[in-house]
Amino acid sequence: MKSAIVIFPGTNRERDVAIALKQATGHRPALLWHRETALPDVDLVVLPGGFSHGDYLRCGAMAAQSPIMPALRAFAAKGGHILGICNGFQILTEAGLLPGALLRNASLRFISRDCHLRVERAGTVFTRHYQQGQVFRAPMAHGDGNYFAAPDTLKALEDEGRVAFRYVTPQGETAPEANPNGSIDSIAGIYSENLRVLGLMPHPEDLVDPLMGGTDGKPLFEGLTEALAA
Amino acid sequence: MNATVDAALAKSFGLNAEEYASVLAIMGRTPSLTELGIFSVMWSEHCSYKSSRVWLRELPTTAPWVIHGPGENAGVVDIGEGLAAIFKMESHNHPSFIEPYQGAATGVGGILRDVFTMGARPIANLNALRFGRPENPVTKRVVDGVVRGIGGYGNCVGVPTVGGEVNFHAAYDGNPLVNAMTVGIAQKDRIFLSAAAGIGNPVVYVGSRTGRDGIHGATMASAEFDADSDTKRPTVQVGDPYTEKLLIEACLELMATDAIVAIQDMGAAGLTSSSVEMAGKGGVGIELDLDRCPQRETGMTAYEMMLSESQERMLMVLRPDRQDLAQKIFEKWELEFAVIGHLTDTGRIVVKHHGRVEADIPLDPLAEMAPSYHRPYLEPPAPAPLGDVPDPIGIEAALLKLIASPDLCSRAWITDQYDSTVGGQTVKRPGAADAAVVRIEDHRLALALTTDCTPRYCAADPETGGAQAVAEAWRNLSAVGARPLAVTDNLNFGNPEKPDIMGQFVAALRGMGAACRALDFPIVSGNVSLYNETEGAAILPTPAIGGLGVLEDASTAIGVALGTGDTLVLLGITRGHLGQSLWLREIAGREEGAPPPVDLEAERRTGDFVRAAIQRGGVSACHDVSDGGLLVAVAEMVLAGGVGASLAPAPAGLAPHAYWFGEDQARYVVATQNPATLLREAAAAGLPAAVIGRAETGGLTLPGGVTISLAALRDAHTRFFPAWMAS
Repeated sequence: MKSAIVIFPGTNRERDVAIALKQATGHRPALLWHRETALPDVDLVVLPGGFSHGDYLRCGAMAAQSPIMPALRAFAAKGGHILGICNGFQILTEAGLLPGALLRNASLRFISRDCHLRVERAGTVFTRHYQQGQVFRAPMAHGDGNYFAAPDTLKALEDEGRVAFRYVTPQGETAPEANPNGSIDSIAGIYSENLRVLGLMPHPEDLVDPLMGGTDGKPLFEGLTEALAA
Repeated sequence: MNATVDAALAKSFGLNAEEYASVLAIMGRTPSLTELGIFSVMWSEHCSYKSSRVWLRELPTTAPWVIHGPGENAGVVDIGEGLAAIFKMESHNHPSFIEPYQGAATGVGGILRDVFTMGARPIANLNALRFGRPENPVTKRVVDGVVRGIGGYGNCVGVPTVGGEVNFHAAYDGNPLVNAMTVGIAQKDRIFLSAAAGIGNPVVYVGSRTGRDGIHGATMASAEFDADSDTKRPTVQVGDPYTEKLLIEACLELMATDAIVAIQDMGAAGLTSSSVEMAGKGGVGIELDLDRCPQRETGMTAYEMMLSESQERMLMVLRPDRQDLAQKIFEKWELEFAVIGHLTDTGRIVVKHHGRVEADIPLDPLAEMAPSYHRPYLEPPAPAPLGDVPDPIGIEAALLKLIASPDLCSRAWITDQYDSTVGGQTVKRPGAADAAVVRIEDHRLALALTTDCTPRYCAADPETGGAQAVAEAWRNLSAVGARPLAVTDNLNFGNPEKPDIMGQFVAALRGMGAACRALDFPIVSGNVSLYNETEGAAILPTPAIGGLGVLEDASTAIGVALGTGDTLVLLGITRGHLGQSLWLREIAGREEGAPPPVDLEAERRTGDFVRAAIQRGGVSACHDVSDGGLLVAVAEMVLAGGVGASLAPAPAGLAPHAYWFGEDQARYVVATQNPATLLREAAAAGLPAAVIGRAETGGLTLPGGVTISLAALRDAHTRFFPAWMAS
């Protein structure tokens, strides 16, 4: 699998994603500056976490206007695979590549702690190494992760099986206390219509090494590598 | 500003009559306003260390692994594999009281710049915080603002905040302490220094534009507060972590080339201190043309530009043939890049604006004739010994009350607002171990990091308290299995012109120095913050210690979580010292007695043993015994592991409350699957060691059979912050 990471000014989790991708694929992903206007020949593009343009405007709103975005849209239109994590998810919603929006956390505070995610749609290129309904752990670290969408959008996401992950208790149940940012219907991640664009708030890339507390995020990157092997 | 320059104006700038006389002697004429401004900030306590310098010289600062000690932007130590750790701690106390969010945020920004200006990528932030009583109406606002500010800055720049400490005490009601520490990593042969060189070389300004914020911030930080401190709000700077992030990346990209001759961040006293110090250290002159200085506002004067403390700015001397290369890098990162001057052979700083010379000062006398005071001091009186104190409420109730108290309760409400995992190298997150552990990317090496100080000990006996702060930092590093290497300090005290305060300072440094020598733990960087008083009331003396240690193999790091099947072994001697303990304060309502004595030889022997035992693999968890004593340490291990324990009775001859809550030093609780081996090794090393309990299913069972459920323990431990913030 050939992969690339887009770096916007203020992106700060590109190294974490690069480590996870290198571990899964055996080689380092390409790093693309947001002013590039073309993508190299890759199977996967990752938009990592951070504070693009400081997030002084709505999170991701300015990055969604970056010079690289037309190329990214064209890549998505041809069926390319895109993974947006945290700020990357916010950018994908601002760019219209995923529906809905990420609002301020319900607590109005930044939240950095491990959460538990339930796999709502296994068998995609992103989740093929997880089981349907499997619960795994991932660190969250964001101030604006409160997913929101209009009722008809939510209905479409549910009807089409495009909810990727939900925040749950360690036992796998949705509950207000397990949904720290207040996301509607506990939604932590969603897919595009063709299931090739995934956005999620938590950071599976930060849990790929037992030394850092676990490997719960590893199957995502290994699954991608297997699915997108040239 | 259109003031007449005279002794009265100098006084309002913080220069006393003798200091102003020195200015006149150096200049041979009445200085201009800009010149007076430069003298006043360079000779402020904050920049000149005029009250502390003679005593700082007494501290040990060298070791074979020390590459750069005090005098550079940050301390540099060799950590092996061709790498250096670069670290420092710095205070932002006064600004954080006036404007908590921005004060704390810019404290983080400033210390980050001190570290990356030397060529290091920052890999960890810590912070040592002291606040007033929770009951004090302003405390909640200050805590909330400081925590949001630290998070707001650190989270955005993408440097994990991995550790620190928080205390509450009435002495900080009007003067909280915000001490921020940054640790970075560089190739040890790629360290960047600040001494300018090369006559004619361009002086380049990069980063944010200069505005009118923070003018005279260094002067403010060198005076006591009064009731109308609110009027000083314009002296607080405003942080922009996004620009800082770009500045980090741009500087590191430029540092990978050979373009930089010298570099320094614009911190306290901004353009003044950076240009004066760079030229002064290099023994050259410097000429600045302020017409070329990037400005955020119109109509700024030379005085304002030279004294502005606008954030996220750096000053560099470049090789002239690399100027274009450097400019391209900063343009890519969308940052200001301006050649604002050049180096000269005059030995003077010359500042021009609108074609006029606004300042022309000889650099050597500015540095050499800077005031240095040997201020009068009073040796602190010995504390009255504490007599017998009866136990009013019993062990169980005391434990539940102690672990719910503001000084001992869970810090999760705070640490949950700090991104502790960005970078993907955080091995031990906040609360998981006695020190944070962060691996170096692409290496097995890891750093262990901690901040420590027990201000109530320092208040009762500054010398013992100073030694204890160093010893506890060393102990916390040893408890994760790391080899302690070096210290950065942040010396927070009251008004040094008062002999009793100066006496606290002198005694605390004596204790620190003795401990650093005994433990081979030199001080390589630091910061002094004096005049921490509001309306004449001083803070507790608070010499915060930032400790750094190294683990050759990150996977050997040990946390505090008790595991199934573990046996608890106490190492060290327990005498039941209750003087100045948290039990005495929280349960008996008294702040009295002497702090626990510090036996540096015992510290060293015990710590060396623990570290070796961890490296041999015979330890599953380890926790030093500090605030709250033995039972609090055990409860914290139980809570971290989610595994219960049953405890053996206190030994005969010691009152149970003194045994369980005394704060005798040089002790560790070690959890092991092989207690017999550990006891045998301890005996061979001549160390007192005893089995005090075992891991159990269920809760924490106290001697006598009372069991506290894990849920009850956890509820007590986590209750305070959320309830307080919601109140």
